[in-house]
Amino acid sequence: MKGHDIVEQNIGLLTILAIVAISFGGLVEIVPQFFLKETTTPIEGLKPLPAVVLEGRDIYIREGCHVCHTQMVRPLRAEIERYGHYSVAGESVYEHPFLWGSKRTGPDLARVGKRYSDDWQRAHLYNPRSVVPESIMPAFPWLNDNILDGKDTAAKMRAMRAVGVPYTDDDIAGAQKAVKGVTEMDALVAYLQQLGTLLKEKR
Amino acid sequence: MANRKIKVADDGTNFAEAKTTGHVYDGIEEYDNPLPRWWFGLFIGTFIFTIGYLIIFPGLGLYKGLTRESFDGKPWTAVNQLQAEQAQAQATYDTTFGKFANMPIEQLAKDSEAMKIGGRLFGNNCTVCHGADAGGNFGFPNLTDKDWLYGGTPDRIKETITLGRQGAMPAWGPIIGEANVVNVVEFVLKRAGKKHDEAKATLGEAVFTTNCVACHGADAKGNPLVGAPNLTDDVWLYGAGTPEELPAILRQTVRNGRAGIMPAHAETLKPERIHLLAAYVYSLSQDEAVK
Repeated sequence: MKGHDIVEQNIGLLTILAIVAISFGGLVEIVPQFFLKETTTPIEGLKPLPAVVLEGRDIYIREGCHVCHTQMVRPLRAEIERYGHYSVAGESVYEHPFLWGSKRTGPDLARVGKRYSDDWQRAHLYNPRSVVPESIMPAFPWLNDNILDGKDTAAKMRAMRAVGVPYTDDDIAGAQKAVKGVTEMDALVAYLQQLGTLLKEKR
Repeated sequence: MANRKIKVADDGTNFAEAKTTGHVYDGIEEYDNPLPRWWFGLFIGTFIFTIGYLIIFPGLGLYKGLTRESFDGKPWTAVNQLQAEQAQAQATYDTTFGKFANMPIEQLAKDSEAMKIGGRLFGNNCTVCHGADAGGNFGFPNLTDKDWLYGGTPDRIKETITLGRQGAMPAWGPIIGEANVVNVVEFVLKRAGKKHDEAKATLGEAVFTTNCVACHGADAKGNPLVGAPNLTDDVWLYGAGTPEELPAILRQTVRNGRAGIMPAHAETLKPERIHLLAAYVYSLSQDEAVK
């Protein structure tokens, strides 16, 4: 191992070799995914999120829900018994950015849609302790007070379209009207209630 | 990986011989000592492990590995391994749940082993809404009393769990007007045997007969077929509050409507589990139930 002195003492060479090493990793692990049918084809019935749901998703991100909740059911038996069918890549093709997460302080939410009623979700977001006494989840009472104006919704949809989400011109034209006046609570609940509902075979 | 390897004596007497790498940061020097041999051995070992791993498991392009028939005759993939594990678990479930599958729910409700399983299923799936004691919550029914929105027979309970329920009390405020909201609530209070304003209750009776009897019945005792609650008992799904608060709560219900949703569990729970769970829920309101 005499040679590593040369690399360590030559910053230019070190940079080049580091780029080669990382590029090789990317080439082997990431690039093949771009050419696999199962990672690039949306699952049957997958549609771009409607305007209100898209805003709900942004609230989900703003409040940091993805910091404590994953959206990724792994193909493990115990996990599937609890949450439902494991997540498949085709469910996430319109997700920018994806919200798979990597830390579960709270439960996985990939299949939470229709698991509880709208009323339950509202009560739980307003104060989690009212329905789950031992919960450590923070309360989000301001979601009831904040009203969306839909000012930026169309722009968000155009940005999504630029990266390949098939929003139509009609979707974008009607975005502000659809969102205006909806509370953040209703938008977030609408987002949660559609999570993972496309895969029919739950177990 | 060091250039210079010397053995430092236990008492450190030859420590000065240990040369540094020549790097100095604010007077801090770095010794040029070798990695511990065991650590270096493990490091090399991971490379050797990779070779074996990539021969046995699929990891190189389209190469399928050597596990061609290991998982129920199929090669290893995450999904094939999962399905093999699920099949194995299903065999256990078939034994565990199988012996209860043909027992009637009334009998299961008295079987302590079945009720233990039922209690666990309840804990995992029902408590977030109905509470750990099944005592209900604001808008979520108490399951331990004998008051049932959709009927408390074993078959109805099973149907409720499997298919869910969509309660729909319309918002009457815009239809009958605020004055009639007040009147009809006074009438409901009268039927429930509560303190009420007799004059308004009389006016409210007409409103009730026109608008409410279709679901709640002429006798206001409700209809389990549509989940319309009995209004004459003292069970209030959306809270009773104090006697002074009750009229306001009821007015809110009449004015804005209510939509109590029970989610369907046909997909999340299998029929054999729903059978046990229904028996557990049934047992909760039975006087002689085993606990």
